[in-house]
Amino acid sequence: MDLSDQIAQYIVSGLSTGAIYALIGIGFAIIYNSTEIINFAQGELVMLGGMFALFFINFLHLPLPVAVLLAVASTTAVGVLFERLTIRPLKSATPLSLIIITIGGSILIRGIAMLVWGKDTHAIPSFSGTDPILIGTATILPQHLWIFALTVLAIAMNKLFFNYTITGKAMRACAVNKRAAGLVGIDVRKMVLFSFAISASLGSLAGIIVAPLTMTSYDVGIMLGLKGFCAAIIGGLSAGVGTVLGGLLLGVLESLGAGLISSGYKDAIAFIILLLILFIRPQGLFGKAETERV
Amino acid sequence: MRNVNVEIIKFLVLTLLVLVLPVVVHEGYLLNVLVFVGIHSILALALNLLLGYAGQISLGHAGFFGLGAYISGVLTATYSFNPWLAMLIAAAVVTFIAFAVGFPILKLKGHYLAMATLGLGIIIYIVFNEAVDLTGGPSGLSGIPNLRIGAFTFDTDIRNYYLIWTFALVAIGLSLNLVHSRIGRALRAIHDSEVAARVIGVNARLLKVQIFALSAALSAVAGSLYAHTMTFVAPASFGFNFSVELVTMVIIGGLASIYGSLLGAALLTVLPELLRAFQDYDIIVYGLLLILMTMFLPGGLAKGFPQAASYWRTKFRRGPSSDA
Amino acid sequence: MKRFLSAVCITVAAVSCASLSIASPATIKIGALLSVTGPPSFLGEPERNSAKMVVDEINAKGGIKGKKLELVVYDTTGDATKAVQAANRLIKEDKVVAIIGPSTTGESMAVLPVAEKEQIPLISCAAGSKITDPVKRWVFKTAQNDGLAVAKIYEHLNRKKISKVAIITVSDGFGSSGREQLKANAAKFGIQIVEDSTYSPKDTDMTAQLTKIRASQAQAIICWGTNPGPAVIAKNVKQLGIKLPLFMSHGVSSKKFIELAGDAAEGIILPSGRVIVSDVLPSSDKQKKSLLAFVKDYKNHYKAEGDHFGGHAWDAVMLLKSAIERGGETPSQIRDQLEKTSNFAGIGGIFNYSTSDHSGLNKDAFVLVEIKNRDWALVK
Repeated sequence: MDLSDQIAQYIVSGLSTGAIYALIGIGFAIIYNSTEIINFAQGELVMLGGMFALFFINFLHLPLPVAVLLAVASTTAVGVLFERLTIRPLKSATPLSLIIITIGGSILIRGIAMLVWGKDTHAIPSFSGTDPILIGTATILPQHLWIFALTVLAIAMNKLFFNYTITGKAMRACAVNKRAAGLVGIDVRKMVLFSFAISASLGSLAGIIVAPLTMTSYDVGIMLGLKGFCAAIIGGLSAGVGTVLGGLLLGVLESLGAGLISSGYKDAIAFIILLLILFIRPQGLFGKAETERV
Repeated sequence: MRNVNVEIIKFLVLTLLVLVLPVVVHEGYLLNVLVFVGIHSILALALNLLLGYAGQISLGHAGFFGLGAYISGVLTATYSFNPWLAMLIAAAVVTFIAFAVGFPILKLKGHYLAMATLGLGIIIYIVFNEAVDLTGGPSGLSGIPNLRIGAFTFDTDIRNYYLIWTFALVAIGLSLNLVHSRIGRALRAIHDSEVAARVIGVNARLLKVQIFALSAALSAVAGSLYAHTMTFVAPASFGFNFSVELVTMVIIGGLASIYGSLLGAALLTVLPELLRAFQDYDIIVYGLLLILMTMFLPGGLAKGFPQAASYWRTKFRRGPSSDA
Repeated sequence: MKRFLSAVCITVAAVSCASLSIASPATIKIGALLSVTGPPSFLGEPERNSAKMVVDEINAKGGIKGKKLELVVYDTTGDATKAVQAANRLIKEDKVVAIIGPSTTGESMAVLPVAEKEQIPLISCAAGSKITDPVKRWVFKTAQNDGLAVAKIYEHLNRKKISKVAIITVSDGFGSSGREQLKANAAKFGIQIVEDSTYSPKDTDMTAQLTKIRASQAQAIICWGTNPGPAVIAKNVKQLGIKLPLFMSHGVSSKKFIELAGDAAEGIILPSGRVIVSDVLPSSDKQKKSLLAFVKDYKNHYKAEGDHFGGHAWDAVMLLKSAIERGGETPSQIRDQLEKTSNFAGIGGIFNYSTSDHSGLNKDAFVLVEIKNRDWALVK
């Protein structure tokens, strides 16, 4: 097997993993864009999607589409509850308090998941079988195609929603300037709620789609959340193509790093990239530079 | 001037307490806990200088703690350096790293700074975990010698207690001095509004990096002390979880409160003991604690109780003065 | 000033609250340091369950020499600092006469200086050979040395005339200890490691590492880790169409692995404690009786499969029971009696301790099994 074949596989595998990061990153970006909050609990919402789906499929024996729908709905409910109980009542929202609250929230959700579902890892059956698909000399699984499809769908829907619907535009207005948005009659608190709801749905879908590949347990959320966040930062915290490209890039670089440099330091690669981006171009590869008013 | 005298009295009372406590507590389990409270106090203090006074978020401080511990550990266990020299080298290396990383990192603000420090902390953790030949990998590094002065070895709880708390008291004294000086005021100015501070002539950029480096150096010293007390270090103690614990200590104790840092450190070191009653539920209690503290008591306990006390006092006072 | 005073009061109050303990007269107190939560919870939880189960059974039958056995369990979450603090608490506060655990090699290495200094016998449930090599007076272990598992695999490779292997290990205590042993024993068996890859415990895709392995000259792949990593690797191997024989470690000797890996598990060979094949063992096997009893009891108690890891804690408690029955009351006497243990048929194997051997097992503690039709089959 020569080097170019190897690299082809690294790239293909990297794109598949990257798509997962991209989906999660979009969730971060949506909340950030409407509220300027980095939701550390996003990773746990991804985990919940997978765990709920597992519960509905394995214990209640519901058919796959129904289970998926219910899982997304349940996770969205959790996300909304979280926003209602913790974010909304917060009057003095310094970045530090918000970070600590969302970290506390992620610990809490993880703890409850651990108690309810135990510490075991569980598998969900793949959506359309496990026969590998050949792309040139590289292989991927059918589940990867589902992930790509969902990512494309997510971008398309985001674009439509944020650019062509009133609610979407209202949410973007909140991101630019909350006060001004409020002054023109936008219900800012409702927009914040929506952003959490949408993020939770998207995150949980990501969790469900990747569960057949990665298997799911109460602590899958931590690393996935962090990597998803890296993807979002690389993409400039945009809720669309930027973050997706960021995620794909991250996945490919990780994969190439693991194959060509060192498998042990693979995770370090993601965070080194994060640091480099933050140092050199904090607005991400595809974002516009921010100016701060004094 | 009255303020200075009050500060000195407070510090002396603390010193007395530290000296006398082991006599009350005897050589029991509690003494061992107090040793760790001492180490955590230095860490919480270091972080508070950065977080509470200068207002810069760090979610990766466990990394500096770990660097101090591992550098001391490797130099003494593998290369038989003199432990005191190793501690100095560790502090120097970490200060250098902090300066080098500080300049680019502290250009960032808010969430970006938080994520950058998070990333830094995780990278350091991964290095501890993967550089197996140097650090012993996930199973850790054992055989680290105790600290010694001549023939006097610090190998029991009581000796380590006094050693560590001596360092802690020195650190507190230095911090008190710093906070009440020009530099302290400049830090608070930066915290309130960096641009305004710059306008009146504060070299904000340099000062932030200096405090970052000081904070890192103190954490590294705490790390060295930890390594020689435990005679063992493992990566799991220096990960993201511990960074969060440190931030929690500072927040619970009270941002920008030196004695608050001690309080936070004491409480969080002791908390697992109190939570043992809850068994598996302790992680939930911890998460809830974080959320509730941030929502309802943002000044931390050091400021929270006096606030509550004065609230109740005005509630009970009848007459014209209670119309706040 | 007010802030200062309140800070002092709260600190003193909190610290003194931490030291509440009640002593009961006629009980034998043993302590357990287990990582019930945290990354190594797959070890600590079954260990705690087994320990509790066997302590309850002993007490139901009247205790040891008429005294009830009391088990004090502290959750270390896999952190060496917490393990040391908990060890100190067990010894100085709860005044236990012996300690079982910790669950991981790292924590064990952190705690053993405490055990040695305070002179309390410690029976570790972790696999690292270095816990009892060199021998420490007060430290024993019940988990089989991972070096023995490696030897079992290498012997098999010798029989199959395979000499070039690729290893892929997880970057936690279990995996890194296994990797150490794989490398240390390679020369002895004439094995050459051509590729040495690692992966993180929560990694979701190992195709990069496996692609590199596929391009190397490896004739077999040895994977050392615990669920879910090896299941992902098994699936990745199938996805990439790699036809090399795949070996796993005893870390996945549970039905859960077969459940997670699905079809990809077929044909995988691994060393395992006898507990998972207890029903197909010949009746002449000395451990069969205890094994079947353990599996049945665990299922009744916890509605789950009694596994390999839970067995370590079961062995530790039973070894202590045997030592106390043979005349151990003080920690020193217990230690001496433990050292004299011989031919004790436990879950992990048949234990024989001595002054020069505190790990007690040899390579017969493992059997080689192959996964056939979603079940275990002994490899001859």
